[in-house]
Amino acid sequence: MQLTNRSKVVSNKVQTAMEQLYLPGILKGMLITGSHLFKRRATVKYPEETRPVAPVYRGWHVLKRDENGAERCTACGLCAVACPAEAITMESAERKKGEEGLYREEKYAKVYEINMLRCIFCGLCEEACPKEAIFLTDRLVDTEYEREDFVYGKSKLTEKVDKRIDVSKRQTLAVAEFKKLPGLKHNEMWDSKKIDKGNKH
Amino acid sequence: MLTFIIYKLIICVAVFGLSLAVAAYSTLWERKLSALLQDRVGPDRAGPFGLLQPLADGGKMFFKEEIIPNVSNKFLFILGPSLVMLTALMTGAVIPWAKDAYVGGTLYSMQITDINIGILYLFGVVSVGVYGIMIGGWASNNKYALLGSMRASSQMISYEIAMGIAVIALIITSGGTLSLREIVEQQDAGLANIVWQPLGFIIFFVCALAETNRAPFDLPECEAELVGGYHTEYSSMKLGLFLFAEYINMFISSAVMAAFYFGGYNFPFAQELYDAMGLADGSKWIAIIGFAAYFTKIFLFISVFMWIRWTLPRFRYDQLMNLGWRILLPLSLLNLGITVVVEYFRGHITF
Amino acid sequence: MLLGYTITQWLFGILSFLSIMFGLMVVFSRNPVNSVLYLVLTFFCIAGHYLLLNAQFLAVVHIVVYAGAIMVLFLFVIMLMDLNHDNEPQKTWLTKIIAGIAGGMLLCVLVGSLKGSEQLGISQYGSSQIGMVKNLGKVLFSEFLFPFEIASILLLAALVGSIMIGKKEIK
Repeated sequence: MQLTNRSKVVSNKVQTAMEQLYLPGILKGMLITGSHLFKRRATVKYPEETRPVAPVYRGWHVLKRDENGAERCTACGLCAVACPAEAITMESAERKKGEEGLYREEKYAKVYEINMLRCIFCGLCEEACPKEAIFLTDRLVDTEYEREDFVYGKSKLTEKVDKRIDVSKRQTLAVAEFKKLPGLKHNEMWDSKKIDKGNKH
Repeated sequence: MLTFIIYKLIICVAVFGLSLAVAAYSTLWERKLSALLQDRVGPDRAGPFGLLQPLADGGKMFFKEEIIPNVSNKFLFILGPSLVMLTALMTGAVIPWAKDAYVGGTLYSMQITDINIGILYLFGVVSVGVYGIMIGGWASNNKYALLGSMRASSQMISYEIAMGIAVIALIITSGGTLSLREIVEQQDAGLANIVWQPLGFIIFFVCALAETNRAPFDLPECEAELVGGYHTEYSSMKLGLFLFAEYINMFISSAVMAAFYFGGYNFPFAQELYDAMGLADGSKWIAIIGFAAYFTKIFLFISVFMWIRWTLPRFRYDQLMNLGWRILLPLSLLNLGITVVVEYFRGHITF
Repeated sequence: MLLGYTITQWLFGILSFLSIMFGLMVVFSRNPVNSVLYLVLTFFCIAGHYLLLNAQFLAVVHIVVYAGAIMVLFLFVIMLMDLNHDNEPQKTWLTKIIAGIAGGMLLCVLVGSLKGSEQLGISQYGSSQIGMVKNLGKVLFSEFLFPFEIASILLLAALVGSIMIGKKEIK
C-alpha cells in the first residue's frame, strides 16, 4: 500500500552518457554546497551567547525553606510515589524540641535523595507536593565524573538560608489554586490518608 | 659574488617561509571554509577570527607524545615524513613569483632558479615524493599503513601519465618551452593558456587533485577503510609533517596551475594599469602588484580544492583507476591531438 | 681548484664513489626493500653524472622514469611479498659458483666493451649543448628517427604482451 508520494522506485538502470561524465553532477553538488556559504550560521557562540531558556524550564530541584528558614518538606513521600522514574528516595525523622527553626513540620526528611541520572525532569514531584517544598528550577545539573555523584542529597537540594532560590515563576498563584482543586489525585490521597505518612518510601 | 649569494639565500628563505606560512594558514582556511559550507562558524577562539589557530595546532603537534612502533624500521620510519616534506618544499624552487624588479639598481629575478627544464624538474620532484609515503607506510609495519602506501603509489603513478600528456599539450601551445618563466611570459602578450587548453586544464586539475591526495582522491588515507592510511602509526610532529606536506603540495600545485593556465603574475589589462600608474618596467611596484595578482589566483585555486573536498564523497578504488586509465588518459591523448591540429593552423608548429 | 682538481672533477669523484657504494649496497643489503632504496639512490647518483655531462633532460627523465615510476613499482611488489627469512629457498654451493661465473663473465664483457670504446672516439655530437631538450629532440626525430620508432614499437609489444599475460582466461 502506498502511503505517501515520497517513496522512490529503486532501479539498477545504466547511467546515461551525460551522467557518466560526472561533471554536471559534480557542478550541481558544488553549487549546493556553495550556496550554503551565504546561509545563516546555526552556531551559538556559547560563553558569550546562550540559547534562550524557557521561564518554566525544569532543571535541578530545590527543597524550599519557609520565610523563617525552616525546611518545608515533611517527608510524606508523595513526590516519590508520583515520580515515574523512581528517582526519589527519602528517610523521615521526628522533629525534636528546639528544632522548630530548622523544620516547619513535626516530621522532616532526614535523608532526601534524587538520582539525577534517573530523573526525567517531568515535574510531577512538584505537582504532587502538598507542602510547596520541592520545585524544579532553571539551573542545569552539573557534570560529574562518577555516577554516584549524580545522586543528589539534601546538601545539594536544600536551598541555603542566605541564598534563597527564586521559584516565583513556577510557584504562581494559579499553580497554588490548581493544587487545591478537589478531585486531584494527590489531594485525595493526602486527605484520605491512604498513605502511611510516617513510613519511609 | 657575495651579493649574489645573499640574494639567493634571501629568496630561498622567502619561498621556504612563504610555503610554510601559506600551508599553515591553509589549514585554518580549510577549517573555516568547511565550516562556512556547513553553516558553522569554524575556529574563532585563538586570536582574532582564530588567526592564531595554526600556531596553536602546531604547538599541540610538537608537544604530543612521540610514538615509534617497536617492530618498525626506525630509520625508514623517520625518513618517510622527512622525505615527503623535503620534496614538497623543493617544488617551489622553479616557480616565478613575480616580474623581475630593480632593487638598489640591480635587476633581481623573483624566482629561486629559472632552469630550462622547469616542468620536468617539477615532475621529477613530485614523482620522488611518493617514496616518502611508501617508505613511511612500509616502515610502520602495519597492514593499513601498507595498503595506504600501496594506494598512494599506484594512484600517483597512474595519474602522472595523464598529467604528463596534458602538460605536453600545454608545452606545444606555449611554443615548446619547458621553463615556467617563459610559459608565464608568453601569456603576458597573448591570451592565457586556458583559452587554448580548456580540456587540458580540466585533466590537469583532476590529476593535481589525485597527486596531492586530496578528496575525492584521498584513498591513501581513507579513514573509513584504512583507519588512517599510510600515517596510521604516526603521531606527534611526524604526523604533522605528513599533513603539512599535503597543504604545501596543494599550494604548489595551485601555483603551478595558475602559472600554466592562468598567466601567473599577469592579469588582464595589466600593461594598461602599469602605464596609467606611470610605472616603468622593472619597478618594484609592478612586482608587488603582479605577486598580489598571482596570489589571488592561488588563493582561489586552494579554495576550489577545499570546496571540492567538502562537497564530493571519496571515489572507490576501482573507480579511481577507471577514471585515470580509461577516461583521463584517452582524453589527454585526444587533447594532445586537437592541440597539434589547432597549433598547426595558428602557425606555431610546422612540419 | 681544490688540491689540484676542479670542482667538476671533485663532483665526479664523489658521485662515482657514491654510486659504486650504493650499487654494492644493493647487492649486499639483506632486506630487499633496503636494496630497492639503495638502487634508487644509485639512480640519483647516475642522474648527477648526467648533469655533469650537461645532459639535463636525460638526468631529469632518468629520475622521473626510473626512480619515480619503475622503482616505485619494484618497491610496490617487494613490499607485498612475504619477506620472512625461513621460507627463503636455500641456495646450494653449486648455484652460488655458477652465479659467480656468470657474473664474472658479464663483468669481462663490460670491461671488454669499455676498452673497445676507446677506439670509437668520443662522439661526433660532442658539443656541450647536445643534452638540451631542443637539440636532443631534433636529433631524435631526424637522424635517429628509425631506431627511436623501433624502440617505441618494442615497448608497445612488451606492453601488449604483459597485458596478455596479466589477463585471466580469455573466453
